[in-house]
Amino acid sequence: MSAERRTLLTEALARVEGEGAMYVRIAGTDVEEVQLRIYEPPRFFEALLRGRAYTEVSDITARICGICPVAYQLSACAAIEDACGAEVTEPIARLRRLIYTGEWIESHGLHVAMLHAPDFLGYDSAIALSRDHPGIVERGLRVKKAGNAIVDLVGGRAIHPVNVRVGGFHRAPTRRELEPLAEQLKVARDEALEAVRWAGALDFPDHEEDYRLVALTQPDEYAIEAGRLASSDGLDLGPAEYEEHFFEEQVPHSNALHSRLRDGGSYLCGPLARYGLSSGKLSPLAREAAADAGLGPVCLNPFQSIVVRSVEILFALDEAIRLIETYDEPDRPAVEVEPRAASGQGWTEAPRGLLYHRYRLAADGTVEEAKIVPPTSQNQLRIEEDLRAVVAANIALGDDALRLRCEQAIRNHDPCISCSTHFLKLEVDRR
Amino acid sequence: MLGIGNPWRGDDAAGLEVARRLREAGLRALEREGEPSTLLDAWEGEREVILVDAVSSGCEPGTVHRLDAAAAPLPAELFAVSTHHLSVADAVELARSLGRLPERLELYGIEGAAFDAGGGMTPAVAEAVEAVAAELRARLSA
Repeated sequence: MSAERRTLLTEALARVEGEGAMYVRIAGTDVEEVQLRIYEPPRFFEALLRGRAYTEVSDITARICGICPVAYQLSACAAIEDACGAEVTEPIARLRRLIYTGEWIESHGLHVAMLHAPDFLGYDSAIALSRDHPGIVERGLRVKKAGNAIVDLVGGRAIHPVNVRVGGFHRAPTRRELEPLAEQLKVARDEALEAVRWAGALDFPDHEEDYRLVALTQPDEYAIEAGRLASSDGLDLGPAEYEEHFFEEQVPHSNALHSRLRDGGSYLCGPLARYGLSSGKLSPLAREAAADAGLGPVCLNPFQSIVVRSVEILFALDEAIRLIETYDEPDRPAVEVEPRAASGQGWTEAPRGLLYHRYRLAADGTVEEAKIVPPTSQNQLRIEEDLRAVVAANIALGDDALRLRCEQAIRNHDPCISCSTHFLKLEVDRR
Repeated sequence: MLGIGNPWRGDDAAGLEVARRLREAGLRALEREGEPSTLLDAWEGEREVILVDAVSSGCEPGTVHRLDAAAAPLPAELFAVSTHHLSVADAVELARSLGRLPERLELYGIEGAAFDAGGGMTPAVAEAVEAVAAELRARLSA
């Protein structure tokens, strides 16, 4: 007797950033094949950067993603400053951390309220959700707006900030400009705290994965704009060592490269990794809210990533308020960065996880080679493993219910297909 | 007037190009990428808004679709290859269900042909940009 075969296909995944597809093939009770397909012609930006001046890189890479331009700008700046042997002053570093908190709030705010919440409440879109629960969506939009306000004030624009440059900023905000912002953020912080409680009370499938968590860490704070790479199995690396331990490979079904550890294994970066490796370094308010929402010090249930993201929003607001209250206006908004013939690596924690850049510069600062490893291509393999486990655990579900559960498993990791290339499309095949 | 698009994706830049021309003529015109919450913020407190965006429905490139977005949902098929995470049609529907639509909301959809990363605008689309900019300049300066 031949096993019954089923194919589940979602051609255009909804509620992910960019477009892609999911394909799952099942024979009887065996999961034969799982693919997250990403289509678009890849890596256009790495080629585009060759021949450009080192001072242009942060603005060009910012265009890779409409959701996380600050991440691209600051990873690029870190790599170029590394190549040129420049180091920014502490007040500039603090200002970078401040603008980055704004981007976490914007990106997570959008994902929690508009992309992920509908999965838990039984709606197919944020629009349908907003008809029955306008308060949830409105609250998400207000919290996100607080993030916009940070990026707008420090970056000069809410999206694609223009104020960031190699060495620092074109202009640093004054203390007087920042103070009213703190008041706005305090209001948003109250709402973010409510949102953590709301997220913690959602219904989660009972599911845990054995992740190798990879994220930047700092000795005294929750890493955002800098740090050393740590993993749940003991890695401790600087950016120059990254490519010795991680590599990318082409796979036929996707235009995005798959990242692996040298031993061939997958790993997870992003909110669950950061939280799992550094939850003890969150602000007291965020730590307490996480515990009240039912999170332990490590969270390995990917469906609870909505809670972790909500905690990170609360933390980012708390941290932004602290950074404003302790703001030390830089004497000069930027340090001089003199070009030289050299290579440099830099990384930061984008909302979706580790974002690594490497550049090789000529003596006059012209870019000779660029390499960008976005979080989604690092997570793609791991997302496929999640999918495989979710299908195996839910094989008795009908096709429609199973497809939904699979899509949700993908959205748990907020993949940004625009960053990893673009255009993803879900397919489930039962034979 | 709100021009929507991505300057790095060929014909998707059309809405931004129209906005730039109107601004050069001293008119109120903003540029956005199309992420819904930023559109809702951009038209907050406005009574009348004109959106200009590139669309893709299989018509001749450069065709200009004129739609009343306040009256009825925008046809989803116009945004089949939207490069935005959520389309402009989604933003309009979200605003409708949250009671945040301007009284008048018109959409000028410029039919695009090529949305590849790094490409320029196709000639027919560039011509339509000039035509829409001229039409809106005349309307808004009147």
